[in-house]
Amino acid sequence: MEDLSQLQEAVITGDATVVREVTEQALAAGHEPLKLVNEYMTPAMDEVGRRFETNEYFVPELLLSARAMKAGLELIRPLLIASEHPSAGRVVIGTVKGDLHDIGKNLVAALLEGAGFEVVDLGVNVDPQAIISAIRENDADIVALSALLTTTMPSMRLTIEALQEAGLRDQVKVLVGGAPVTQKFADEIGADGYGSNAVAAVELAKQTIAEGR
Amino acid sequence: MSSLIEKLIAGGPVITDGAWGTELQARGLACGEFPDDWNLTHPSAVLEVAQAYVDAGSRVVLTNTFGANRVRIGEHECAGQVTEINRAGVEISRTAAGSHAFVFASMGPSGKVLMMGETSPQELADSYGEQAGALAEAGADAIVVETMSDPEEAQIAVRSASSTGLPVVGCMVFDSGRDMDRTMMGTTVEEAVGALSEAGADVIGANCGQGIEGFIPICRRLHDATDHPIWIKANAGLPELVDGKPEYEATPDEFARFVPALTEAGATFVGGCCGTNPDFIRVVAENLPVVDQ
Repeated sequence: MEDLSQLQEAVITGDATVVREVTEQALAAGHEPLKLVNEYMTPAMDEVGRRFETNEYFVPELLLSARAMKAGLELIRPLLIASEHPSAGRVVIGTVKGDLHDIGKNLVAALLEGAGFEVVDLGVNVDPQAIISAIRENDADIVALSALLTTTMPSMRLTIEALQEAGLRDQVKVLVGGAPVTQKFADEIGADGYGSNAVAAVELAKQTIAEGR
Repeated sequence: MSSLIEKLIAGGPVITDGAWGTELQARGLACGEFPDDWNLTHPSAVLEVAQAYVDAGSRVVLTNTFGANRVRIGEHECAGQVTEINRAGVEISRTAAGSHAFVFASMGPSGKVLMMGETSPQELADSYGEQAGALAEAGADAIVVETMSDPEEAQIAVRSASSTGLPVVGCMVFDSGRDMDRTMMGTTVEEAVGALSEAGADVIGANCGQGIEGFIPICRRLHDATDHPIWIKANAGLPELVDGKPEYEATPDEFARFVPALTEAGATFVGGCCGTNPDFIRVVAENLPVVDQ
């Protein structure tokens, strides 16, 4: 019998190869797909988040663990969809108009996928209209906006205003983040939440979904 | 040590310059517009910024070439003009510097993450090699590799800069971790010193990422870990948006108040990063200790 604690450990250490192997073996042996996620992989990502908060882990470790988690989820997700288990939620993510920085946004997107969210990544320099279309096409629950520059932070406000004008503001929760962004700024522009780092952003997305259900 | 660096620091701490992006915005650079392109399209505005720093007392002035490497510039329309943008950047700062200041040319990060496979060591080496070559050929006095988070990328950039034969400043951003003393990639101050020295940096330092107060313990650790001169460029603090425009919390006087502690902690080059302007440099220049030669 395959050792499922290995799955948990491999997500924590960011070993995508082992995650893929153990997941394949476990599924072949008839383990419940959802159980693999809920009992082994999600607790592993929680541990990764904890290590980040306590300075044991930094961005490289987060990226490796997110990639390992994703490797496992790629095998599991088709089975979950077949058995009609919903994803953790649908997120449209992008760096706002005028801003070309994507490291932070990519990290949040990877961790969201690792946490079981369906992520539609619109890239950088994203026009509010593209966000509006993506919300409609994907029936998104959450819009996650990133900005690295003080000079592009105002684009967050403009994006939220565009959602209002399009009549979509009440359908989605808007979460914002990025180096110069603060809770105070998020409140000022009427965002629903602010994450000070990538781990906090994923926590926030989970809470947002939990509150909405 | 290079004779230029030796000569510069012989008279005590050296004042460098402050932020460029915000100064260019004050002169009309639009939100999201690529600043480095202005070396070709708005050279007189770029010259005004460099001149304002030299007039404020900067003895080392940087160049508007922070993002002018092929990997980063590839996202913009001016991608075919890497050499021209870098050359113009050095020439503009040289005009402003005259006989009052030295021109240290700026090289910033690629914006891509090596470990995620977004770029490769070879691509970075080619990109930085091209930029450093253009800066050296245009007559820069030294090259500053700045705002680096990843020691591997920083080493590639420093090696490229070093291979031109110019003196090289290597500095990283410490903005992560509980004590704000790690880079985004988790690099400690001591690890950064090791990586930058090994790659051949003549001056080692830290810039951006936090307000000047936080640089004092970092500077002390840099000083303990290396015999190289130390380069510090601190932010004015975290910005707040007031009427849609970012405003920084520290005033020039508040910023300058921390400079003596910074030089006592071992800083040999002192300047400002995000949120600072020529007024900050003027106040710091007036308060720097002078060593009799």
